[in-house]
Order: sequence, then structure tokens, then C-alpha cells
Amino acid sequence: MLPVLNISNKNDSAKGESMRAFLILEDGTVFTGESIGSTREVVSEIVFNTSMTGYLEILTDPSYAGQAICMTYPLIGNYGVTPDTESSRSWADGYIVRELSRTPSNFRSIGTIQDFLKEQDIPGICGIDTRALTKILRDKGTMNGMITTDEHYDLDAVIPKLKAYRVGDVVTKVSDPVKKIFPGDGYRIAVLDLGEKENITRSLIKRGCEVTVYPAHTSAQEIINDAPDGIMLSNGPGDPKECRDIIAEVKKLYDSNLPIFAICLGHQLMALATGADTHKMKYGHRGGNHPVKDLVDGRVYITSQNHGYVVDTDTLDPSVAVPSFYNVNDRTNEGLSYVGKPIFTVQFHPEACPGPCDSGYLFDRFMEMIKNAKES
Amino acid sequence: MPRNHSIKKVLVIGSGPIVIGQAAEFDYAGTQACRSLKEEGVEVCLVNSNPATIMTDKEIADQVYIEPLTLDVLKQIIRKEKPDSVLPTLGGQAGLNLGMELYESGFLKEQGVELIGTTAETIFKAEDRQAFKDTMEKIGEPVAASEVVKTVEDGVRFTNTIGYPVVLRPAFTLGGSGGGIANNEQELREILENGLRLSRVHEVLVERCIAGWKEIEYEVMRDAAGNCITVCNMENIDPVGVHTGDSIVVAPSQTIGDKEYQMLRSSALNIISELNITGGCNVQYALHPTSFEYCVIEVNPRVSRSSALASKATGYPIAKVAAKIALGYHLDEIQNAITKKTYASFEPALDYCVVKIPRLPFDKFLSAARTLTTQMKATGEVMSICDNFEGALMKAIRSLEQHVDSLLSYDYSQLSDAELSEQLAIVDDCRIYRIAEALRRGRSQMEIHEITKIDVWFIDKIAILVEMEQKLKTEELTPELLKEAKRIEFPDSVIASLSGKTTEEIRDLRYANGITAAFKMVDTCAAEFEAATPYYYSVFGSENEAADKPSGKKKVLVLGSGPIRIGQGIEFDFCSVHATWALSKAGFETIIVNNNPETVSTDFDIADKLYFEPLTAEDVENIVRLEKPDGAVVQFGGQTAIKLTQDLMRMGVPILGTDAKDVDAAEDRELFDKILEETKIPRAAGGTVYTKEEAKEVANRLGYPVLVRPSYVLGGQGMQIAFHDDEIEKFMDIINRIAQDHPILVDKYLQGKEIEVDAVCDGEDILIPGIMEHIERTGVHSGDSISVYPAPTIGKMIRDKITDYTARLAKALHVKGMINIQFIAMDEDVYVIEVNPRSSRTVPYISKVTGIPIVDLATRVILGEKIKELGYEPGLQKEADYYAIKMPVFSFEKLRGAEISLGPEMKSTGECLGIAKSFDEALYKAFLGAGVKLPKHRQMIMTVCDKDKPESVKVAKRFAALGYKIYATRSTAKYLQDNGVDALRVNKITQESPNVMDLILGHRIDLVIDTPTEGHGDKTRDGFLIRRNAIETGVHCITAIDTANALARSLEASLDEFSLIDVAGI
Repeated sequence: MLPVLNISNKNDSAKGESMRAFLILEDGTVFTGESIGSTREVVSEIVFNTSMTGYLEILTDPSYAGQAICMTYPLIGNYGVTPDTESSRSWADGYIVRELSRTPSNFRSIGTIQDFLKEQDIPGICGIDTRALTKILRDKGTMNGMITTDEHYDLDAVIPKLKAYRVGDVVTKVSDPVKKIFPGDGYRIAVLDLGEKENITRSLIKRGCEVTVYPAHTSAQEIINDAPDGIMLSNGPGDPKECRDIIAEVKKLYDSNLPIFAICLGHQLMALATGADTHKMKYGHRGGNHPVKDLVDGRVYITSQNHGYVVDTDTLDPSVAVPSFYNVNDRTNEGLSYVGKPIFTVQFHPEACPGPCDSGYLFDRFMEMIKNAKES
Repeated sequence: MPRNHSIKKVLVIGSGPIVIGQAAEFDYAGTQACRSLKEEGVEVCLVNSNPATIMTDKEIADQVYIEPLTLDVLKQIIRKEKPDSVLPTLGGQAGLNLGMELYESGFLKEQGVELIGTTAETIFKAEDRQAFKDTMEKIGEPVAASEVVKTVEDGVRFTNTIGYPVVLRPAFTLGGSGGGIANNEQELREILENGLRLSRVHEVLVERCIAGWKEIEYEVMRDAAGNCITVCNMENIDPVGVHTGDSIVVAPSQTIGDKEYQMLRSSALNIISELNITGGCNVQYALHPTSFEYCVIEVNPRVSRSSALASKATGYPIAKVAAKIALGYHLDEIQNAITKKTYASFEPALDYCVVKIPRLPFDKFLSAARTLTTQMKATGEVMSICDNFEGALMKAIRSLEQHVDSLLSYDYSQLSDAELSEQLAIVDDCRIYRIAEALRRGRSQMEIHEITKIDVWFIDKIAILVEMEQKLKTEELTPELLKEAKRIEFPDSVIASLSGKTTEEIRDLRYANGITAAFKMVDTCAAEFEAATPYYYSVFGSENEAADKPSGKKKVLVLGSGPIRIGQGIEFDFCSVHATWALSKAGFETIIVNNNPETVSTDFDIADKLYFEPLTAEDVENIVRLEKPDGAVVQFGGQTAIKLTQDLMRMGVPILGTDAKDVDAAEDRELFDKILEETKIPRAAGGTVYTKEEAKEVANRLGYPVLVRPSYVLGGQGMQIAFHDDEIEKFMDIINRIAQDHPILVDKYLQGKEIEVDAVCDGEDILIPGIMEHIERTGVHSGDSISVYPAPTIGKMIRDKITDYTARLAKALHVKGMINIQFIAMDEDVYVIEVNPRSSRTVPYISKVTGIPIVDLATRVILGEKIKELGYEPGLQKEADYYAIKMPVFSFEKLRGAEISLGPEMKSTGECLGIAKSFDEALYKAFLGAGVKLPKHRQMIMTVCDKDKPESVKVAKRFAALGYKIYATRSTAKYLQDNGVDALRVNKITQESPNVMDLILGHRIDLVIDTPTEGHGDKTRDGFLIRRNAIETGVHCITAIDTANALARSLEASLDEFSLIDVAGI
């Protein structure tokens, strides 16, 4: 007999009628709550995020494509919908929360998360024991699940469907197919948009850069032909190994000797392109409180993270790349420095949004690296 | 970097007596830090003048000095103990100031002793107003326009350039002492004058008023490598203008987005880095509610009340980590004690909401102004945890133990709409109830926000609670509605009264529908990692995760004592913690229930399990249903725990130790009289009454003066001496403002020596560690009296009688465990005043100065051991060959308008100890520890009531002999002159200048001796005004002749060098 948690908490003080929703996990666990956002059914990978603020940045982070996000902080939507988005829309497949605030309050708020989810057609569930869900994901690992409002769901039919679900090639889905140019007086930076959080571009613009954002499937040659001073590989969703074509292009960028700074998926793709391997983590790192240690100076920084895959340090060729950061909690790899190349990559998010800005200095390090490369 | 092995012996400075603004949180921090240091093999030498603390236990430090916290004493200890380092960041502002003084005096350098945990430069940059401002300007962190002034005139001039209102913050003071908001020149002059005097360096910061902005705090940690993390942030529900210690606070912040959150977090990290702090630090911000503009309000470069709260709110042990950092460790080398998987260089993620509410003392000080300002007034606080804000607020409200259990507990329904609007603008401890009333009347949330400046998000949450009240009143109580009411933590009793049912019916309905509390874990990481430490809170409508792994041991529930309040302070936490340790040693699984974030008992590694919950019958029952404890101990948690005895028995939990019926027998007047009759022990004649008429009848039968008091209270709450019928009327009214479940007692008032004992009884034998005698005669509450051990003026006969009576009473009441008895000795006779079959306020003091661990012994006796088996000879133990004097410490200067004269109702907030070979030295130390540093100007004022006049002559002569010039009001002056004292007559307040008030305000007076006339408390009387003004201008004020004599005696001793006694060696 599989566990069925019949935990419902109807927040009937919310406006309007409420509809029941169910979260069904592939291990057969069912959470019963209230429907929020779209009432359509969705099958997705279920992940949890421990950030206490920044729900809007998370919802609009393209790296969540193919995933439904469970927020471990129970009170979501307190400050409503603010202009703090990281892309043009929400990419998450679904949204799972304990409680949505009925009256958001913030001077920049223009609406409620409830309405935002509806507009964005994102299905969700609220009023469930998100801590119990998180513990299941922690103990059994990330798994697939379904959010549905169908009162007559058939568990026997649903579970095989959940088990069969694969996130697939989501990079193509989230990458903007149109090249964009942001003017600036400083270095010319090419950003390969693998599902870019806009604050990467904003961080470069803040440093005076002229930024060109290329669609994910742009050839390396096209970028090299534009003769940028440096290249950024952005974050993005899904299993890095799904990005076979892009990996081949990244290898060409590696060979170009141009300064490269890569974040998250970009970091993983560079590792894969140069012969290392990646693997899926049990439940990943998603939150704004992850300590990473800089192996050069021994300093520890609190970082924003969102990844389910990690570079396998055992597969690194030390003549190609050496670890530059590790995670203080579980000692997994958090960054690489490429030998003999002006390339460094990190698993975490120095662009923050949401989360701490402590590692923002890495953008300065990138600028420094470009300067040195130009001088030599 | 690993530990710095050159640190071998550390002197830790404690914070001294509990006063408003500096309370139990420093015992918690200090105890945790000392244990953390000892864990690293460091020898710990501790100094703290407060004997009620756990940190002054010999288990916590290697050498313990309960000595006055003065520069000279510290120097002497350093010379004697030769520590290599001094850790000043755990003793609050008092500790930090002393550390700074030690450094500035050059003494540390001379002795080759290092300050660790901070540097003098850091303290200076954070604490000196100008240096702080300059530092902030240097790193581009905004502060409100301000200027440090040294004179009132400079303050007025500066304010004229920035405009009113302005905030005034004196440098180097506690809890914002002497600060305030000035709206006009008159207020400015008044507050500024007071503030300049209170500041150690006579400086006050005059600052642009940012009242109404959001107040947000961050707790930050930093190590010597420069690694920084924030432990937690907190948002004050009350906007800027109310001291954070008096605000309702929520963690984490609720109404700011990630942009604001990270902006302030980055700023806090910049500040801690620039100040080069190694350890913990608290940064307070004002954030403009409709922009990103912010100001740094204050930085505390040390552990604080906020850091204690942050530790309990997150599970991150700030003091422990700070101590490790002081030894050289880096954050990523210190393991997270809760998860044992992660490290201290990790920011806690909360998956719940925490609410703190201050415990304000206005129930004790009826005349004090209830308004909340930038000067802290709370004596303690409660914290609650829930997965929603409404629930956390409701739990916190009922944790206060102020006869409040919902937003309906204060009734404002009688106010007219206009009155309500007016009163919404008043910032006091009841504003939240008026907001609820306004919402009940359909006032808009925006309107309430406009008046109160409280964020609409919070007002909406209050509205949700108000809507639930309405639903419960008007709708059918369906399981769904009940479930929702419980989710937001309406207690069964409130649901019952709103829905017209009984509490039992509600409980049955809940159980029938499976609506029961579940317990969740505080794990620092929002369930991301498995946690090893069982620290729980309750929620409704979730899966339970507590009590899943039986330990196989028998379980004992230890009920804590709730928030620190006058009458029930840190002493009871000391007792709870020691009882827990003793139970644990005896092989039991221990479970603590408490709701006070400032205490040691709520540290997650004291008991096997910690339930952070309100101490009400329903909340405790939730835990009992889950844990099914084999017993509960209630005799260590003060009146809070005792009050739950009947309920625990109803739940089927055996009470360990003295039976409930015997506890009752001590409290119930008639039963107790019967026991006294049987044991042939005399007491003052008296009777029990319910009405004014009965009270007057009893009083007239006994003859005035009489003592009037409610039964079942601690700290003499509501106790008064009545001299005539009018006063009986008045006192009965005050007592009956709160519905009394028990009769009121009226006793003949006997004036004699007051004697107190704490004893352990095993059912057969008793053990009395020592007899304490009060310096003040009966009439002054025992908690406010100067208490001397061993009793200096009683003979063998009285001693024997006391021992005998104690044994007889303990046996008659079948006491198993602790008993506390107060006696009156008149000539050769001994009368009983009251008996408390439980642990008392004097237990930590007497166990420390006698070296007899009575809580430990009492616990073992409760578990069935006999005193004889414990290695003690029954009876009164041998007297010490030194004197230990406990001195009460008051916080009157923090409470505008509070009546300071001593009487049967307790008013002190803390205590300190003077211990020495000679009585005089002990007394001198005790006064010094309480902050009495005389003489200064050798001028004093005397104004005594008629009954005290004969005795005042001797007092006056003693002070005259000490070189004091004595001013006295008309009748006192005449009496003194007639009796050969050279007293100068001054005019009364109402007479023309120069009068007594001019003298006080002239800052040339050391001391006021003012014994109040009968029926005091009238705010317009001269005495009241003299006493208040003395207190507010920093003049020592004594209101009992006995205290005055004791002070004279201590001054006559005039000592320079002290003997030091290592209490750990007793």
C-alpha cells in the first residue's frame, strides 16, 4: 500500500471559489491541496527551492523549464508581483506552495502571484505540507509528479506516465531565437543564451560592456567572427548531456582562446566539451544559502544555486581543468579553472537574483581576465 | 585556520544583574560560549555579579567570580588568575564597556593580555557615535542626518538645521536608556539633558527622525579570514520609533522582496567587514516603505538580545560559533550542531515563521506610562513558531501569560469611533488589540495603515484572525471551519466561547475529526538535510515528525517558566536547567517545554527534546498526547509550571515530587491554617475574603495595618499594605481587575525581621543549606530586600525554631523536593508568612554560596533517593565562614512614571551578589555591584514619613559623619534639627524656588532617602515626584530606613581593595 497523505488546508479566506488540486508523485504519494494558477494538468520533475525571498525571480528563471517548484518557505507572494523578473515569462511547469498571501504588500507590487500564475498559465497547488514533500524528495531523490485538478485520477494509470516522463531538450525551448544587442562603451561580450537569467546581461552592462546575446544554437564560428572580447555561457535548464550539438560548439569556443566565463549549465557544458563527465544529483542544490569555498584564497561565499546536475571531479583531466570552488556542505564541485586558457566556470550563480550578491566579484574577475588577455 | 593554541585561559565577562535592556539572553549566550570554549580545552575564568545565572555555575567555568563588574575588580581578577585573553563580547553592553575600559586603561597591554572576539578599534568604531558615522560614510552606507552633541544648546542648534522631530540616542547606554523622540524644543531639552547625564561619555546623538519607516535587522557572523554570513533577518511589525526590544518582531522579514533583502544583507556584510568584527554582530536598518532608501540605525558588535532570538528562531547557535571564531576557527571549520552535516558557514533557511512579543511590566507598574518609545521597557519576551503568521501571532499572545489568549482579550468595544481612531495612533502594548477592534468595525486596512504605519500585510493578517472570530460566532462549526481555526491557532477555549460551546466539546470535536497538532522540526535548513537535534514546534494540518524514534528510556516533562517578568526571572530557568541535567544524569529522557527565547533552557542541547510552545494546558496536552511522558516536574518552573499541575493530572501525567493536593494545601488559606494548627506553628492572624465588605470587616477585626493579596501569585503581585478602609477599597479594585479564581487574603501586618529558607525534603528528612535574613523588615517584598547569608542577627534559639518549623511544615505538606518558607522573627517568636512547596527565587543564590547543589539534590529526592543516601547530614547545614549578600537591582529609570517605593509587591528586575569574609565588605560589594558608587558630591536629601522619623535620626547622623550635607523638607528637617542633626531645610516642590526639585535637578545630589507615607502611589504627591525625578536624573533613591542604614554601613567600611572568592571552589 503506498502512502496517501490526505492533507488539505483550504485557505477559504482567499477570495473566490476554490478548487481542489492533487500532487501525485511517482512513488504514489498524493498530496491534496487547493488549485492555484491554471487548472490544466501537468507532469513534471518535482524539485524544491529553499529561498525565503525571490519567488518571482525563481518563477521566471528559465533553468526551471521542465520542473515544478516546491517552495520550502511557507508564505509566498507576500510582496506580490514586482518588476523583478529574470526573463520574459515564467518557465516553471508548476508551482507548489504552502500558502499564498491574499493581500500582497510592497510599494512596487502590481498584482498577486495568484493572478500572475493564471496569466502565465502555470498550474499549481497550495495548502499542502511542503515540508513533508521536501523530506520525501530529500530522502528518495528528485522525482516526477503530476499536478491535477481531476478528482477522479487513476493512480494506476498516472504512475507509469510519471515514470516515463523525461525533461528532454528544454534549452531550445527557453533560449530566445532572436539575437539581441545591448550597447556599451566597454568590452564586447558575447552571451550564449542557454536559458539566460537576464541579470547576467545586466551585470555585464553595469560594467560598461556591450553585450550581444546569441540564441543557444548559434554556431561557434558566428560568435568568433563577431570578434567579441569575451564570451559568457549562461545558465540553463535540463540535463547537460541533452545538449550534444551545443557541446560541440562550446568545444570550438574553448579552442578559440577567447576569454570565457560560464555559469551553471554553461559550466557543465564546458566540462563535457573538454572530456569530463556530469551526473545527476540526488536532489540538487536550489536555494540562496549555499556556501562555496574559493580554492585560491580559501574564502567562503554564500551563493545562489539552482542545479540538479554536477561536474564529476573524478573525470577531470588535471592538464585541462582543475577545481576552483567546492560546496562546503557536500564537497561537490562548484567551479573549474581551465589550465592554460583564459577560462573559468562556476556552478553557482554570481548574478544572484534571487539570492546573495557575494560572488558578484566574479564578473570583475572576468573583466580583469579580458584585460590581461588583451594586453598579452 | 585551525584554533589558535596560544589561547589557553580566557576571562569571560558576564553582563551583571538583569535590568531592562540586558536580561537573560546574556546568560544564554555566555553559558553557550563558555561550554564551547571548554569543549576546546580552554580554561575558562568567569566574572559576573549576577548569582542567578547558569553561567556562574562551577560546571560552566573553571573559576567563577560573582563580584561587582568594575574596572578595579576586573584588574584584580586578572592579576590573580592571569588569563592570557579576555572575551568581552558575550556580556552585553556592560561586558563590552568593561572590555573597552580595560583596554583604554592600558592595563591589558601591561599584563600581556589580549582582547579576543573583537578589538578595541572595532568597539570604538561601532560604539562611538562620531566614529561610527565616519566609518559608515567612508564605505557609503547611509545613516540618518545626525550630530553628536555634548550640550543641550548644541543639540538645539543642530536640530534647528534639520528640523523636528528628532531622535535622541545617548552613547554607551543600555536598551536605549535615556533616548527618545523630541517633537519640539521643550521635549528636546528635557530628553537631551537626561540622555547626556546617562551616557558614560556624556554624548547624545541627535538624529533625523525616520519614525514610520520599516525596521529590519540582520544578524551577521564573520571570521578572521573575512568570511561572512547572515544568520537571519527580522522585521519589526512596529515601524521605526519603537525600540526593537519592545516591538513585535517576525523572522524572517515578510514584506520586502529579494531586492530589498539582498540590498540590506550586502550592506550588513559590508559593515561587519569594515568594522573588522570577528564573531557576531547585529545591524539594524530603517527602510523607507516606498523606496529603496535606507539608513543604518545601529550596529551591535557583540551578541545581543536579537542574536539570542535569531539563534532560537533558526537553530544557529550564534554565541557558540562566536566563541569558536574567537579561538581562531573559520566558519567553514565549525560544524553545524543541528545537522552535523553542514557547517557554520551556511545561512539558515526557515520553513516556518517566528513571532516575538515583548513582555512589558505595566501590570506591575500601574502608574507607568504604557507608551512605547526608543527606550526599551520590556523585561522579557516570548517567541512562537508556526507555519503561518497568524498562528505564530496567536501562539505568542497566549505565551505571554498576561491573561490574554486572542485578539479579543482587551475589550475596546466601548470606545467611540473617534476615540478609537485617536487611540490607534497611540503606540503601546495594546495597539494590536485596538487594530483588531478597528477591523471588527469595518475600518479599512489602508486607513489603519495610514494611522499606525504598520505594513498592510500585517494588518491583513490581523484581519484574517478577526474574520475567523466572526465566522466562529456566526457560522455553524463545521469540521472545515474548526480545522481552519486551528490552523491559525485559535485555542479551543476561544473557539468554545465564540461558538457557544464548552472547551471540552471543542476538544472532543477535534479529536473526532482527527484535528490534532503535529510537530515539526527546527533544523536550520528547511528539511534540505537530515537534522540530528530534536527541536520542535506545533502546527495544525501537517504531518507529524516528532517522537518517531523511541529512546527506550522513561520520559520526564520539565515545564519551563515562560517569559522573564518581575517576580519570575532567570532564577527559575536556572532551576529548570539544573533539574533537566539531573534527570538526564539519572537516566531519563528529558523534554523541556518553554517559550522564552532568551534562556538557557531553550537551547537545543539542554534537554533530549525541546518543544518551543506556549505553556497553556491545551498546548502542553498536545505534547503529552504525543510523547506520553512517564512523569512531569512542575516545581522548578515557577508559578507558570505550578499552575499546570491540575491539568497535567487530568491528562494522566504523574506529577513527580510534592503532590498537587499538598501544593494546594500551601496556597489554600483554610487548608493551610489547618496544617499550621496541627503543626502548632504560629502565623499572623488573617482571613480569606471575596468582597470589599468582607475585606474591611476582616481588616477591622484584625486591626490596621493589614496585608492584602491574591492567592496563587508570584512576586507578591497585587500585594499591598492597607492602613485604612479606603485603601482596602482601592486595592480590592485593583486585584479584581483580573477575575480571581481564588479568594483574596487579608492578614495582620507584623513588622519584624524577615527570614527565608529554601530546603529539600525527601518526605522524612530535610536539608537546609542555609538561613537568609533580610535587611529590610517585613513589608518589603522578599525579592526586593537585601538578603544576607548566613543570617547575621539571629541567635541559636531562632535558628533552631526555624529549622524545626521547616521540618514540621515540609513533613506536614508531604514535600518531596523543594520548599521555600518565609518567616518573621519578632523577639524570640517566629511566625510563618508563606510557604511555597516549589523552587524559589533564592535557590541559585543559596546553592552557589553554600556550594550545595540543591536543585540536583531535590531532583534526586523527587526520583526516590533519600537525603542521607546523597551524602548529606539532614537538617541545617554548617554556616559558611564568609558573608554572601544578595542585592536587588531595579530598572526604574526605564519606566517613566513608575512608583519606585518598595512595598509588598516586587519591583526589582534582577539581583547581584556581594561575597566576602566580612559583612561590611560583602555589603559594600553588593551595593557596588548594583551600581551604587558613592560618595560623589556628599550631598543628600531626606524626607521621611512620620512613623520613620525616630529612626531617621540615626541614619542622618551616620551620613553626617560620612561628611554628607543633609537637606530635608520641612517636617523632616525640624525633627532632625530637634534631635541634633545639622539638617538644612528646603522648600517643598509646590513652594517657591529654590526647592527640593531644583536641588535634584542641580546634579549635585548623591542620594535621596524618601520613605513614602501611607497610601502612596498618588502621582501628584510630592514624594512621588521627588522619587521619580531622582531616578530620572540618576540619583540613588532609597525608600526604606533599613536600606539606608545598610548603605551607611557599607560606606563607613570604605574599602579600596577587595578579597576575591572563587565560588567554583566553595
